[in-house]
Amino acid sequence: MCRIGAIKSRHYIHASQALQLMQSQQEGHDNSGFAMVMQDLGGIFEGYKHLPTLSMACTDQGLKTAEDMMHAAGFQRVLQWVPEVNPEPGLDINAMPNYVFETFDYPKPYKKASDQEKQELLLDMRLQLRTVLEDDEQGYVYSFWPDVVTLKEIGDPRDIGTYFNLWQPDNKFTARVITAQCRQNTNYDIVRYAAHPFFLQGYTALANGENTFYQKNKEMQRKLHRGYIGFESDSQCFLYTLHYVHRQLAWPLPYFKHVVTPLPFDEIGRRDDHQQLQGIRQSLAHLEINGPNTIIGVLPDGTLFTCCDPKKLRPLVVGRSADVVVFSSEVCGVNQILPDRDWETDIYPNEREVVIIGNDLEVQRWRQ
Amino acid sequence: METMKVQDITPNDMPWKLRYEASRCTLCGSCVAACSFRAIAPKVERRRLVWSEGDYPEPKQRFSAVPVIRQVNSLTNYCRGCGICEKVCPNDAIGPVRNQDSRHPIVTRCLAGDSVKRGGRKNLEATVRTLDRLRVGRISQMTDPSLDAQRHTFDLLAPFGRILPPGKLPFTVGAGGNLEVTGQSPPVRWIYPVIIGDMSIGALSWRMWEGVAMAAAYLNEECGLPVRMCSGEGGVPIKLLKSRYLKYMILQIASGHFGWNRILKTMPHMVEDPAGVMIKIGQGAKPGDGGLLPAQKVAEHIQAIRGVPKADLLSPPNHQGLYSIEESVQKMFLSFNAAFKFRVPVAIKVAASSTSVAVFNNLVRDPYDIVGGFFLDGIDGGTGAAHEVSLDHTGHPIVSKLRDCYLAAVAQGRQGQIPLWAGGGLGRTGDLAADAFKMICLGASGVFTGRLILQMAGCVGNDMGRCNACNTGLCPAGITTQEPALAHRLDPEKVAQNIVNYFLAMDQELKKLMAPIGNSSLPVGRSDALVSTDRGVAERLKIQYVC
Ligand code: SF4
Ligand code: SF4
Repeated sequence: MCRIGAIKSRHYIHASQALQLMQSQQEGHDNSGFAMVMQDLGGIFEGYKHLPTLSMACTDQGLKTAEDMMHAAGFQRVLQWVPEVNPEPGLDINAMPNYVFETFDYPKPYKKASDQEKQELLLDMRLQLRTVLEDDEQGYVYSFWPDVVTLKEIGDPRDIGTYFNLWQPDNKFTARVITAQCRQNTNYDIVRYAAHPFFLQGYTALANGENTFYQKNKEMQRKLHRGYIGFESDSQCFLYTLHYVHRQLAWPLPYFKHVVTPLPFDEIGRRDDHQQLQGIRQSLAHLEINGPNTIIGVLPDGTLFTCCDPKKLRPLVVGRSADVVVFSSEVCGVNQILPDRDWETDIYPNEREVVIIGNDLEVQRWRQ
Repeated sequence: METMKVQDITPNDMPWKLRYEASRCTLCGSCVAACSFRAIAPKVERRRLVWSEGDYPEPKQRFSAVPVIRQVNSLTNYCRGCGICEKVCPNDAIGPVRNQDSRHPIVTRCLAGDSVKRGGRKNLEATVRTLDRLRVGRISQMTDPSLDAQRHTFDLLAPFGRILPPGKLPFTVGAGGNLEVTGQSPPVRWIYPVIIGDMSIGALSWRMWEGVAMAAAYLNEECGLPVRMCSGEGGVPIKLLKSRYLKYMILQIASGHFGWNRILKTMPHMVEDPAGVMIKIGQGAKPGDGGLLPAQKVAEHIQAIRGVPKADLLSPPNHQGLYSIEESVQKMFLSFNAAFKFRVPVAIKVAASSTSVAVFNNLVRDPYDIVGGFFLDGIDGGTGAAHEVSLDHTGHPIVSKLRDCYLAAVAQGRQGQIPLWAGGGLGRTGDLAADAFKMICLGASGVFTGRLILQMAGCVGNDMGRCNACNTGLCPAGITTQEPALAHRLDPEKVAQNIVNYFLAMDQELKKLMAPIGNSSLPVGRSDALVSTDRGVAERLKIQYVC
């Protein structure tokens, strides 16, 4: 079973916090991988928040191919960070030769482009890189977006941490929002892309559960947006639905929950907004998830939230202090990060609830 | 002794012969009275009895005239194998036996010089059905536990009406951060995923129709199952049109437009909108053939409802004046949508055909968003009356065609926008829940059934040529007849009770199928839940092959 977690903090925190959050829950997962997305970056990336960073794992050939493509597209590199690795013998990690985090300036013609145009460009570029690098498994492109880095690896999370020197806190590799998950998705093939969190144009999603409408979701999403590809994991569908509802349809966040976990018809019928809810339920029927799931999502503005399917067989607990909020599949994860918090303020979200953490760390709880 | 010529028709030319044991027969006459086809009659036979009483042969003989029951030698009054005589015989003295050596298909044509007609169903192949080669093979365990069919709440509802693509929903974000409705959407009704198929009052006896309508109302009002019934072509009694029960009725218009004069005239007096309108273009059991109500079934009340004299009522094979799909959309759909002021969904019913996908594609791309359902009817369905050659040899199986249409919608990202409803031979094994569930997994929003409803009411016909005399107006069960004496054999309340109970059983069974795949809403298009033990079927339907 997956274990998922997220930390949102007023101050920058080091990636080791995410490792610790997940490591404490290691009995609940199979130690087969580790993945995280860091948003609102500090440390070496802090000065480049408005410029896109490419997160990639690749071979030497893949690196060259990618850099040539970026160059040809007019992107100019302004920062490169290659983590120092510890290839100690005996580590359980299926490492790629290169891990690259490179920040680029936009191509000249885009200097004055709108945000919208830039966002489409970044997506197109990532999709092109991904397609080209897929040949001979030259590399994996996880994200290409301002103020975001992504790391995904196959192996024991503890060893992955050692390999990347992530156990040692420093002030170089930090962020205000980190989402993380342990375990490769083993329902389908073990491929690097299959590990959550998934990221698309500012949106992040990760989930613990089983999307029984995976096939329906996938068939529908394939036609909705060019960025909805891969489908290596059934949880990817949650990201695409979040992106579709919140960004493409521009509906407020509560409607995401109404799309993935619609209310029963008789309840819809009793509500004032029944026209909207019925319209959503019928037009987006193929994006329903209908299976036990807990989802964690991050919006482009840094808002962190969680919601779950009404079948609610997957727990999640929210713990908080004045400066930090932690989401964790198991309470031991929260205890690890916030041992001194007032645990009476912990929240165990119910199946009808969305819990939202804004940038001021204020907690909102919405009933569906 | 009668003189027989080889060309004369005798029982061994017929599809059924009678087994008769004179020694058990008490000559009560029940069978003769009950045989609506007059296929048996009392007759007197001359018998000779020879006996000898002494120690050595000293034969004596006696002749006597004995009354017996005999099969009639006639092509008009021939035995249909309905078994009613057997049912009513107190002594088990009589009953039909299938005649393997029947010459019936030849002799009827030779003698009548006319095409053979019958009611019922396709009778040719008795192969394993495609649906029986499918199993629900994706069982939830461990990671997503099965649901509890008894305790969990299930949303067993299917849409009838045009569903907008999400981007076209008329919503805008209001000041309070909520979506507000800023325009019109087409009407959509969420109804039970099994519609009682279109059988007209005319094809059915008024008592049968009443029983079905009663069942529909009871299911809605007492059982909480929003089951809808389609009127069939031929109108609806005025009393029902003016009643609140109209909301459970889908009104059908077919090429004959029978009954619509009355419906239109009653519109100002309607207190409820009908559940929907269905434009019938074709019927799966006899594609290319229009409706056919033989004169013998056009009784007085049928003449009144349809507004016609007593004559063969033939609906043309197509809607006169519709020559293209564009026209069908613009003319028929717009006018029927407009008739009920765009409050009532309008759907279309077509016979499954190798061209169905093309028709469906055209409708799904219609820019007016007014086609509210695509009812696809397969070859294995039944019918009140048709030419045998059409019944047996024209048509297209439903399963792959439904799947093709669904996948065509998927390829365009338009799945669900025009709900697909499938019918035609579903529930043939008596288990409609399994068939419906599998069709839903293959992409149907729901299914419709007609013939099975007749069987719930007591129809004795089957797919192997038994009875199938619905065209004669002499239905022995009182279901497809307008003869008062025959219709009174049927108790409408019992019909309603059987249908209601069948639906309640089916509802439980549908839940029993939803639970193991872990779904509380209908798994429309969840073909990953199905597996097939037949490689060809698996490949054709794009599902997993298992062995
Ligand atoms: S089986 Fe039916 S049709 Fe044949 S003799 Fe008996 S009652 Fe008449
Ligand atoms: S019993 Fe009536 S409805 Fe059934 S096949 Fe015979 S004639 Fe038709």
